[in-house]
Amino acid sequence: MSNAVIRKTLVSLAVAGSVTLAHADVVIGVAGPHTGAYAAFGAQLWTGASAAAKAINDAGGIDGEMIKLVKADDACEPKQAVSVANRLVDSDEAVAVVGHFCSSSSIPASNIYEEAGVLMVTPASTAPGLTDRGLPNVFRVCGRDDQQGDVAASYIVDTLGAKNVAVIHDKDTYGKGLADAMKSTLNAYGVKEVLYEGLTRGEKDFNALVTKIRSVDADVVYFGGLHSEAGPLVRQMREQGLTATFMSGDGITSKEFVSVAGSPKYVDGVLMTFGADPTSYAAGTEVVKQFRDAGIEPEGYVMYSYAAMQVVAESLKATNLDPVKASDWLHANKVDTVMGTKSYDEKGDLLVSDYVMYEWDDKGEYSMLDM
Amino acid sequence: MDIILQQLVNGLSLGSVYGLIAIGYTMVYGIIGMINFAHGDVYMVSAYVTAIAIALLSFFGIESFPVVILGTLIFTIFVTGVYGWVIERVAYRPLRGSSRLSILISAIGMSLILQNYVQISQGAKQQGVPTLLSGAIRFDVGDGFVQLTYMKLFILCASFIGMGVLTYIIQKTKLGRMCRATQQDPKMASILGIDTDKIISTVFVIGATMAALAGVLVTLDYGGFDFYVGFIIGIKAFTAAVLGGIGSLPGAMLGGIILGLSEALFAGLISSDYKDVFSFSLLVIILIFRPSGLLGKPEVEKV
Repeated sequence: MSNAVIRKTLVSLAVAGSVTLAHADVVIGVAGPHTGAYAAFGAQLWTGASAAAKAINDAGGIDGEMIKLVKADDACEPKQAVSVANRLVDSDEAVAVVGHFCSSSSIPASNIYEEAGVLMVTPASTAPGLTDRGLPNVFRVCGRDDQQGDVAASYIVDTLGAKNVAVIHDKDTYGKGLADAMKSTLNAYGVKEVLYEGLTRGEKDFNALVTKIRSVDADVVYFGGLHSEAGPLVRQMREQGLTATFMSGDGITSKEFVSVAGSPKYVDGVLMTFGADPTSYAAGTEVVKQFRDAGIEPEGYVMYSYAAMQVVAESLKATNLDPVKASDWLHANKVDTVMGTKSYDEKGDLLVSDYVMYEWDDKGEYSMLDM
Repeated sequence: MDIILQQLVNGLSLGSVYGLIAIGYTMVYGIIGMINFAHGDVYMVSAYVTAIAIALLSFFGIESFPVVILGTLIFTIFVTGVYGWVIERVAYRPLRGSSRLSILISAIGMSLILQNYVQISQGAKQQGVPTLLSGAIRFDVGDGFVQLTYMKLFILCASFIGMGVLTYIIQKTKLGRMCRATQQDPKMASILGIDTDKIISTVFVIGATMAALAGVLVTLDYGGFDFYVGFIIGIKAFTAAVLGGIGSLPGAMLGGIILGLSEALFAGLISSDYKDVFSFSLLVIILIFRPSGLLGKPEVEKV
């Protein structure tokens, strides 16, 4: 972080602090890993949320009340998440929280917010378990892991027109969850998979499985898992002369996918679902420009955090600052954000996820496909 | 038909790699009766040394396949051999004569040290080496084909040559005779003038060189590796050694091939989810009928 950014953050903190003493404000927590190994993500959340709060305050705040942000550091540790959530609720008297970052922190913290009637909008936690427990106050502006499966299945059926689909997973929570979500949507489209198999994480030789994929004449191989197994799998497919399309989820969104496959030529043409570039929305052009003019690149979760703050502010504005009513309002109404219009289902998940298809090329880079 | 033949090819090449690593387990067990749990990690170290050797050779502008592979093999086998010698010296020799349990724990400690040392010094990231040898031979069978990549062919040849040379050393040379004598009766061997400590060190070095051979071959074939890659393959190789009869050299090779073939055939014909269940059930069944493995000699109770 450059000195300018640090200074800016300190100044905004000081301003936020002094403002509190003067008025009765709307206190909103920004919870995430502000220290520790994932501190970079915490900084992104803070950058996005504080920029959004400043823009809202400049435009007159929420019903004339100014937003005051409070930093809550969970270090991505579930235990610490619970204690900062208690602090936000009890001593800071926050009405809403933007956060947390890690799903493992968001899940335990969400229970505390629910008991206290505090609105929670996470910019980054994608685990299905966060919203599946039916808490009325939990929302997210990012997709959830199993929505990737829907996007993948419709791409396979509509765009690729594939008939023979082999589904492979790594027998792990994330990988099997992803593969199963894809499979159930695929079956709903009336396409039955020709093969459904698990492989063992940590192994490197999948030749027997590849030969089996060959024997069922698969057009598309969908893999639910991480790059450490996807790399050898796609390499051994190409070595055995299989030209079937290889598709996976955001578990292979890492340059290590190329190195573990051994060469960029093996990843050429591999498809993967991943969140759309958050700076690509028309509604956010102005904000992206403001960030860049201020010397800040709106990377990673900055825009997500900005959008989360907008969701919080809009719903509070509509319900006269009552966070419990705001939750009900969000379930029923649409919010315009810098990442497009967001609308929610009864669980608090996005009705339309932002997952899109990316393709790897022969240079080992990936780019978004037009859908 | 072509699919079954292809699975046999897959199983044979996987099995020969298991066999090479199993040799390290079986030789050490044969000579001092301990299971060297750090052996899988020695294999992992050799994967990193392979990548370093290839990087060094390409730095000096050497590109031709025979030179690169020969250079990498010599470099990796030497460096990994040194690792094997140092590990024996540091972790096992001071415990010679103490109970088997303390040596076993020392071996597990060594395994953790190697993993963490590589993780810290090389990073936890997945690493990769470029493909050196691509292309394949295809045989048309019926309306399908069976394919054997040049790299797989190279693995099969190199591992059979490696096993052949080792068998020759153990059976026909003076060093081999000393090894066998130490295995049969260490005390008597040392009375007859054999430096048993030196022989035990040599056995560790031989085991490490075989792991290094496997490390080079597998790393070049699969391309990717990380600091944890030795764990699963080490467990499989250990299973192969037990299956063939731990302590027996031909047993390790046989066990490796059987394990590789059964995994490939089961994964290919029935289900890859349960291939490990099948392999380990096979191990249990064989051990029920032959408690000391396929080629192992039953341990004679010495009175």
